[in-house]
Amino acid sequence: MALLSFERKYRVRGGTLIGGDLFDYWIGPFYVGFFGVTTIFFTVIGTVLIIYGAALGPTWNIWQISIAPPDISYGLGFAPMQEGGLWQVITICAIGAFVSWALREVEICRKLGIGYHVPVAFGFAIFAYVTLVVFRPLLLGAWGHGFPYGIFSHLDWVSNVAYQQLHFMYNPAHMIAVTFFFTTVLALSLHGGLILSAANPGRSRTNFRERAEVKSPEYEDTYFRDTIGYSIGTLGIHRLGLLLALNAGFWSAVCIVIAGPFWSKSWPEWWAWWLNLPIWI
Amino acid sequence: MRLVVLFVAGALGLVTIASFVTAGWDLPPVETEQIGYRGTGMVIHKDAEDEAARRAANVLPEPFEAPDGSGDRAGDVYENVQVLADLPQDKFDHLMLSITEWVSPEQGCEYCHNVENLASDEVYTKVVSRRMLQMTQAINADWQPHVQETGVTCYTCHRGEPVPADVWYKDLSPKAQPGIVGYRADQNVAAQFAGLTSLPQNSLEDYLLGDAPIRVHSQTALPTGENENGVMEAEHSWALMMHISESLGVNCVACHNSRAFDDWDQSPPQRVSAWHGIQMTRLLNTDYMLGMTSIFPDNRKGPHGDVFKVGCGTCHNGVQKPLYGQSMLADFVDSLGQKTETSVPDFSSYQPGATQVLSPQ
Repeated sequence: MALLSFERKYRVRGGTLIGGDLFDYWIGPFYVGFFGVTTIFFTVIGTVLIIYGAALGPTWNIWQISIAPPDISYGLGFAPMQEGGLWQVITICAIGAFVSWALREVEICRKLGIGYHVPVAFGFAIFAYVTLVVFRPLLLGAWGHGFPYGIFSHLDWVSNVAYQQLHFMYNPAHMIAVTFFFTTVLALSLHGGLILSAANPGRSRTNFRERAEVKSPEYEDTYFRDTIGYSIGTLGIHRLGLLLALNAGFWSAVCIVIAGPFWSKSWPEWWAWWLNLPIWI
Repeated sequence: MRLVVLFVAGALGLVTIASFVTAGWDLPPVETEQIGYRGTGMVIHKDAEDEAARRAANVLPEPFEAPDGSGDRAGDVYENVQVLADLPQDKFDHLMLSITEWVSPEQGCEYCHNVENLASDEVYTKVVSRRMLQMTQAINADWQPHVQETGVTCYTCHRGEPVPADVWYKDLSPKAQPGIVGYRADQNVAAQFAGLTSLPQNSLEDYLLGDAPIRVHSQTALPTGENENGVMEAEHSWALMMHISESLGVNCVACHNSRAFDDWDQSPPQRVSAWHGIQMTRLLNTDYMLGMTSIFPDNRKGPHGDVFKVGCGTCHNGVQKPLYGQSMLADFVDSLGQKTETSVPDFSSYQPGATQVLSPQ
């Protein structure tokens, strides 16, 4: 892939966290770095192990392949490879690959001299995953509480784990997480719609044969001031979007880590505190 | 970075508020039991402290010394013995003593008897007790698919109380506001008989009195028009399931793999027990409880005048096997383990304080 002339300006040496100049180069458009190498390393091993696990399993149907965690009886110990050990190694590879990718993002940020917002944001996704397959199993005392690696099987796991507490939508953190997910989508669609509307103003109002000029952010702000009395602004909308999205991931992690370790009964029952408040006659 | 600070502060604030207002959080360790293939989420959680409390609440009472079956027939020794007439006298006395311990330890014999004349039926609770003896016999004799060899005694439900702690009745509280605004179709409040969910409040009437179909599942991924059940039917069914789960202290996966709730082949075998239990409970309500409505005083009925009814929790009391599967039946096989006299008197003819003998004849 050709390098654009102006890109040379941004492709500078340095900024690495580890390995100095050793992996400080690009392959085509891709920055490598030490963490690019470790990303590839973990990804290849993990993927090969998944294919190996699929070969051991009963099906090659892509939807039904599943690498299941160990039985709960293994507790926090290692399980034999074919009885969940594979899942344990694949989990290590997955975390290795995800964290490597985040650190590679950090190195690129350092090269460019920009903030760490993207790797921090990705960190929240990693945090949610690690909560599911490490923190919660640790708190419950067995790796068997992790979810299986399979397209249908992980959905079946989600369903059963939800029904372990009768009605998961009464989980307060799940409520918060779902609200943030929906609000994220709302904000993104409002923002996307607004930007596209300013960039595609249609025909000129004075001469219908001409296209109207693309409008400036002042028009965008005015649109929302007219509509709801307030515009969060061009930078603010991105702050808001990031805040909403990170909260969605964060509260997802909270809602699953409290399910079991910190509340073992039904979720509807959790709300008894509300019914027991001394404000009712 | 201001963004991160803002986020962390906001998150911590919300967590703090939530955990302060709710004192009831559990803490690890959690007892988990795996009941399906690994990684399927077929797991039952029990908080260690809660479980210890339940164990303590399900210790069997000290039994009285077992009788050896000597003495004459109770029906010859005592007057007005209708159900247990063929029992030897000492076993009869032993049972009476045990019932007092199980049902009315504080009130004593006079909770059911006129102590001047033990044979008299003038106290309504004596008439109820007689019917309850028939009910207990029927459970042990006819419902072994549900109670197995463990069986039940009066203590299984009563636990030293004249009225079992876990019964149900028609629930229309809180009173709806007048007009169209107040209409909520008996749902959308914290339903006490549906596990505090907003599901319909009186679904137990559909299944534990009536026999509405519980399985509302479609058999196809997309609607074909064959299954006429809608959201309402599913919610009623779910309300019953909430009642069962709360009554037994288990979760949905104790009986179902949620990927296919209706499929018996994918369900744990406990679902078969539960199926028999639902049939049994329905029969106990229709054949035993409803018929006695007229003899119960108002303080033994629900706020809308219906008799207290049997639910799953009446026997189970929050435990999957009542009393953790400990059987008390061994000393009472002759009295409670088989059906003896099954005929039913006309309860509507009963006059409290006046009727001396209420018998089917």
